[in-house]
Amino acid sequence: MAVISYIDAVTQALREEMQRDERVFVLGEDVGVRGGVFRATDGLIDTFGPERVLDTPLTESAIAGVSIGASVYGKRPVAEMQFADFILPAVNQIISEAAKMRYRSNNAWNCPLVIRAPYGGGVHGALYHSQSVEKIFTGVPGLKIVMPSTPYDVKGLLKSSIRDEDPVLFFEHKRCYRLIKGEVPEEDYTVPIGKAEVKREGTDVTVISYGLTLHFAQKAAEELEKEGISVHILDLRTLVPLDKEAILEAVAKTGKGLIIHEDNVTGGFGGEISAVIAEEAFFELDAPVRRLCGPDVPSMPYSPSLEKEFMLNPEKVTNAIRDLAEF
Amino acid sequence: MGNERHKTLGLSDEQVLDMYRYMLLARKIDERMWLLNRAGKIPFVISCQGQEAIQVGAAFALDREKDWLCPYYRDLGMVLVFGQSARDQMLSAFAKAEDPNSGGRQMPGHYGDRRFRIVSGSSPVTTQLLHAVGVALAAKMDQKDIVSFTSFGEGSSNQGDFHEGLNFAGVHNLPVIFMCENNKYAISVPVEKQLAGGSVAARAQGYGMPGVQVDGNDPLKVFEAVKTAADRARCGQGPTLIEASSYRLVPHSSDDDDRSYRRTEEVEEARKNDPLVQFQKYLQETGLLNKEKEKLLDQEINKEVDDATDYAEQAPDPDPAQTYTHVYAE
Repeated sequence: MAVISYIDAVTQALREEMQRDERVFVLGEDVGVRGGVFRATDGLIDTFGPERVLDTPLTESAIAGVSIGASVYGKRPVAEMQFADFILPAVNQIISEAAKMRYRSNNAWNCPLVIRAPYGGGVHGALYHSQSVEKIFTGVPGLKIVMPSTPYDVKGLLKSSIRDEDPVLFFEHKRCYRLIKGEVPEEDYTVPIGKAEVKREGTDVTVISYGLTLHFAQKAAEELEKEGISVHILDLRTLVPLDKEAILEAVAKTGKGLIIHEDNVTGGFGGEISAVIAEEAFFELDAPVRRLCGPDVPSMPYSPSLEKEFMLNPEKVTNAIRDLAEF
Repeated sequence: MGNERHKTLGLSDEQVLDMYRYMLLARKIDERMWLLNRAGKIPFVISCQGQEAIQVGAAFALDREKDWLCPYYRDLGMVLVFGQSARDQMLSAFAKAEDPNSGGRQMPGHYGDRRFRIVSGSSPVTTQLLHAVGVALAAKMDQKDIVSFTSFGEGSSNQGDFHEGLNFAGVHNLPVIFMCENNKYAISVPVEKQLAGGSVAARAQGYGMPGVQVDGNDPLKVFEAVKTAADRARCGQGPTLIEASSYRLVPHSSDDDDRSYRRTEEVEEARKNDPLVQFQKYLQETGLLNKEKEKLLDQEINKEVDDATDYAEQAPDPDPAQTYTHVYAE
């Protein structure tokens, strides 16, 4: 199997889906000639032309709203929000329109569209190029929310998202783009939406995470193994629909649950996961559920010392796991 | 006689009588809904009254077999011409399971009907403009001979989605018609406080498309403007913005009291230009309508509205279990 980067997995999935299904097209700011500011759509315009690799005006609401119109017509648009931070002007279209189209029309209309957005910090992006925005959408039924952490999952889940009959928000951690590499098969495959994956078997503490912090947990687990602490790791991969069964099973393995995400703690998705555990796995627990998340400040500051303080890292994760193991 | 403008537009006598019939049907359905609301039988009405000429004139200028609509909540006349029935409207008003728009999930006026390519709409205004642009983009990609049509109030022309939609359509030269139904009020706020510059049509200039102003109380003038725009769209000349001016003859909705922000005399004055009365006069002058024919038409439509009301009132409510269905594909 070839080893490719996280962002190459995005590009490969787009290319293969556009080849497979001529209804699929991409649109967004700078996705055409430039190939995207992160180069996620690099080279697509040469193969598929400017009609299927559409440079839009600088208008996020239109990117979402036009995608909705094209999808009800029968196309499979894959829209790019240049940064997840800039998705906010499109939120009315996403929440009032895309999420509700099937429900409000009593199943007559649906929006098979994907909105990709790079999120997350650690790239000196400051307040407006670093945010995690998933919490804005996780409480909105009608949307699916996918947040992969490995190239294999990026490719398989992006394909599933494009083939899905409902609107999918596909959040890509931008720090992972070139940092994370992994094996990806040559042949066509998909990863199902709504299925978490056990990344590591362990007996002392269960870590539930997604995105970049999942990798921190894996590093921490290797360190802690030397200390005799055995860590069980679950990668959610999809936040909505949530794989509750996998969460309950993972917590039951150790009796201790630590939820890790970069989005800030209050209102973050970790609260929902901990509620699921409290409601349905209370008697499995040997310790309180804990969360390790971004701090409750408006966003990630620019200066390296401030950014470092905001960001999670393997060391912070190691300490949090050790702390819970010792409870 | 003598003045037969409809013939110069290529409309037959039957077609203009049909236009009048749809305008009258829309008005009578709307009036019945107000009665039902005041009788406590339906919770809400949002009206088309005063805008029937725009809606019917526009719909007649489109191809009802293949063009797409992204209408707004006043477009009763338009969706009737495209194929919805009086019964469909009453099923929606009573929020019954059979309501073709939403199965009783949405308020009345929130049209959506796959049978007739009417894309489902919502309450936050102007979102539908972008959907129409998306439909037009897709149709152009497929090289289909389709016009995408969207309508909205003048208040909506202040929303970001209006400007984003027009600009997108202008840049990509898409087969879409944007029609503003300027009824002079956005609930209580008059047009003077809505539109800097005083004109919606003038805004087209910034987006590289024609901006056309038309008398929205005359269905033939609206027909002509929309026909021209549709012809342009079909031969690859791109989008058009049309501003059709009329007057909202009733309060914003059944929950509004317009006496708090406009004088009764103003409304009475506007009633003199009631599009229905004016078009009736035109048809009388051209000899297509007389007292006897009018009486027959009235009776026929009254019966249609009566039957629709009776049917809808007795139709079953949605099963409560339907609350949980169709969130995602099942």
